Amino acid sequence: MTPFTTLSAIAAPMMFDNIDTDAIIPSREMKSTGRTGLAEGLFAGWRYVEGRVPNPDFVLNRPEYAGARIIAGGANFGCGSSREHAVWALAEYGVRCIIAPGFAPIFAANCIRNGLLPLVLPREAVESIAGREVYINLAAQTLTCGDETYSFPIEAEAKDMLLEGLDAIDLTLKSRTAIAAWTHADRTARPWIYL
Amino acid sequence: MALTLPLTLADKIWDAHVTATTPAGSDLVAIDRVFLHERTGASALKSMASAGRPVVDPRRVFAVMDHIVDTRPGRGDKTLMLGGQAFITETRAAAIAAGITLFDVTDPDQGITHVISPELGIVLPGCTLVAPDSHTCTQGALGALAWGIGSSEAEHAMATGVLRLPRPKTMLVRFDGALRPGVTAKDMALALIAAHGAGGGAGHVVEFAGPAVRALDIEARMTLCNMATEFAAMAAIIAPDEKTYAYLAGRRYAPTAFDAPYWTSLHSDEGARFDRTIVIDAAAIAPMITWGTSPEHAIPIDGVVPSGPTRAHDYIGLAPGAAIIGTPIDVAFIGSCTNARLSDLRRAAALVKGRHIAPSIQKALVVPGSGAVKRAAEAEGLDKIFAEAGFEWRESGCSLCFFAGGESFPAGSRSISSTNRNFEGRQGPGIRTHIASPEVVVASAIAGAIADPRDLEPQA
Repeated sequence: MTPFTTLSAIAAPMMFDNIDTDAIIPSREMKSTGRTGLAEGLFAGWRYVEGRVPNPDFVLNRPEYAGARIIAGGANFGCGSSREHAVWALAEYGVRCIIAPGFAPIFAANCIRNGLLPLVLPREAVESIAGREVYINLAAQTLTCGDETYSFPIEAEAKDMLLEGLDAIDLTLKSRTAIAAWTHADRTARPWIYL
Repeated sequence: MALTLPLTLADKIWDAHVTATTPAGSDLVAIDRVFLHERTGASALKSMASAGRPVVDPRRVFAVMDHIVDTRPGRGDKTLMLGGQAFITETRAAAIAAGITLFDVTDPDQGITHVISPELGIVLPGCTLVAPDSHTCTQGALGALAWGIGSSEAEHAMATGVLRLPRPKTMLVRFDGALRPGVTAKDMALALIAAHGAGGGAGHVVEFAGPAVRALDIEARMTLCNMATEFAAMAAIIAPDEKTYAYLAGRRYAPTAFDAPYWTSLHSDEGARFDRTIVIDAAAIAPMITWGTSPEHAIPIDGVVPSGPTRAHDYIGLAPGAAIIGTPIDVAFIGSCTNARLSDLRRAAALVKGRHIAPSIQKALVVPGSGAVKRAAEAEGLDKIFAEAGFEWRESGCSLCFFAGGESFPAGSRSISSTNRNFEGRQGPGIRTHIASPEVVVASAIAGAIADPRDLEPQA
């Protein structure tokens, strides 16, 4: 996985609340059991008018935001279906960071597992940086826009995973001895769990 | 006697599953059950196989075909969704190769994940269960810690037996008093989300408690917990009680006795500290319906459309100040992991009996939540009641809860639906979805316009 350290880019503004994963990647755009070929379906319901013609009003179709690497969104970003295809589609399109006042938890976890930074800032801060060039430093947990620098929170482990581009399964398998010992004891304590 | 701090139910289950703690402070939480479906299952299993990672304990991993499987009679692997058949055949092949238990298209136990897992006793009080499906929180109704994850997390759980997670925050949502007649668990969920927002539960495990929750039967508890993901909660949970253990008795994968001390410990202790508490008067809740494009856009059915986001008003075609009752509808759907269990179908059938849907309705559909629900409903003659009223009666599956590229309606059609999401385009491009209880769905189908079920008396 590509590590996330710093990023300078324009934050494409999508400043409305509850942008759901059906909007990010409609179910009809999930055409195979693979994880690729999804970028074309990103925001398909908003991005195209009939017959795959780009909708000139949609933010990512405007020249200044085409190929955006950062999206600034409203509250509860990524709500709805757990489909990781939403994050795969964003990543394939080139997005590395979403900035929002809050995220749906499954979406945020999916971002971390795929090297995307779900960056939480207060609503006023997101509104003031939307549409502008920002510089993000994950190690310092800061976002700079013009003369303003904002600090943002992130779970310690999520930060490590992103900074180092770690594979969570490989990392966890290092603890396989502890997990096996726990499971061995649990078979006696809760035999009904083990079918 | 040792002094112990009072703990919440969620914390007790969490503590009982911590196998190790990471240097950064996350826990490696043991996962007792994993459930997959064909929409995301093949992708997770294929990715593991290509990385050479086996499923550590295939006996505790289950899969079912529910999401895009056809629901028309006589179905096979072909789907109405173009290319959908590959999801079914690839999930089947991957499930067989991994040695997990599969409930296939024609299996009598096939059904919606969150309907069949409790039916078969796969989910148990005090267990941890994950599925790459956001509505996994439904299963917390049995007193389990059950939550939705992405495909990568599903792989992680299957390859390691654990997930790496920081301990979640806890929230108590207590419903005091008693529900009024005609008001259901669906209305409780919508009332909570309307009052506290679709992001209101973000990152929390929500414990539903109070007399109005205790009074719900297990199926209604599932309806309530189902909508916790629409509240952005990680999970929902209801402490198990006699009803829970009676429900699970004799189910295929459940233990034969619930007499170990672990079962009796499964409740929040007196004085347990929650990060947040919300108290709601159950008697003040009316039948609810959504007017907009988020579950937080819900109002009492006798209310008027409030002033909300412009794009929601534009999409749904209803202006602020308009009464919601009387809005003409084109489509009616009873189904989904929210409201397609036997009790839901019984209540809907009691209102439908001897009546007929309005001639203006283009399509009215009842899709039972599982094969077992379908057979039980047919044994009671519910299928005939629905058919005589003009509803189609289908095989089990997720069906019209979302649009995957198959069955839908012309853009602009207005749907009344017992499902959980009224997002833009959820049921098809341009479809306007109003979500509500099965009672509101049938009352509206009969009237041809959004209607209050309390105005309909059940017929003898």
